Amino acid sequence: MEFMDLADITPDAVIFWQMGWIKLNLTIVFTWITMGILLAVSLLATRRIRPGKDLSPWQNFLEAVIEIASNQIEDISQQRAGKYLDFIGTLFLFIAVSNLFAVIPGYVPPTGSLATTSALALCVFVAVPVYGIVTEGLVQYLKLYSSPTLFMLPFNIVSEFTRTLALAVRLFGNIMSANKIAAILMAVIPLVFPVFMHLLELLTGFIQAYIFAVLAMVYITSATRVQYELGEG
Amino acid sequence: MDVISLIGMISILTAGVTISIGSIGCALGEGKAVASSLTAIAQQPDESGTISRTLFVGLAMIESTAIYCLVVAMILIFANPFWNYALSR
Repeated sequence: MEFMDLADITPDAVIFWQMGWIKLNLTIVFTWITMGILLAVSLLATRRIRPGKDLSPWQNFLEAVIEIASNQIEDISQQRAGKYLDFIGTLFLFIAVSNLFAVIPGYVPPTGSLATTSALALCVFVAVPVYGIVTEGLVQYLKLYSSPTLFMLPFNIVSEFTRTLALAVRLFGNIMSANKIAAILMAVIPLVFPVFMHLLELLTGFIQAYIFAVLAMVYITSATRVQYELGEG
Repeated sequence: MDVISLIGMISILTAGVTISIGSIGCALGEGKAVASSLTAIAQQPDESGTISRTLFVGLAMIESTAIYCLVVAMILIFANPFWNYALSR
């Protein structure tokens, strides 16, 4: 069961279901499937949540994930993880799950489409000033753009856009190329060798999810530690 | 030589040149970054967590140039707009 041809570069172009003017492409369908899986697992795991030592395996697993995420966030930002954990953790879980499921035959990772990754990068683009203004105030946040000198103002503004573009294209390029390479190898050497490429795909997928989350956190950190960045703290 | 074979030829040639030059630069940069981070980990094994996290972020930054080249090459081969235009004419 393969939905995508070798020539289809993104799942956006493949129409899964159509009725009149309502079209559902593969990206939307598999984003919904991924969201559904994440929701169902979290609901089932947290239904009988309880303190103490007698944990269900799923609760144990999810607690470990949350603990690792919040430790990483605290390491990077040198602040309490509380208010960042929801946003960064959600980004990481969604990207990691959709990249890791790419090894399941028939699953089309929604992160292999530029539309999904642009949406995720736009979330980061909006979240950076929101976190910055909430923690530091509008004036302090705007001061960051003219640091270290006023001469750097246009460069700082341009970098705000280019790094959003880089976030989106990096994730898209990695996942799309991993899929394409797996598909091409499947056509050329269908025996044994694609298994190793799938292993590599798992590794790159997970690293890309980690990198996306870490970069988002680094950008937010630089906006929320204005005092420190300006050398006043 | 008609237009469509010219477009196909130049697209494939350019895709090859794009990905080769892009990966050469990226490989040199990544090699340098990994080498110096290994030196840093050898000198300060206690800081290996921070160093490897920074290394991963840095590698992602360096790698993105090669990824741009890959995306351009992929577009030239699989989704070339000029090719489609020449076909539709």
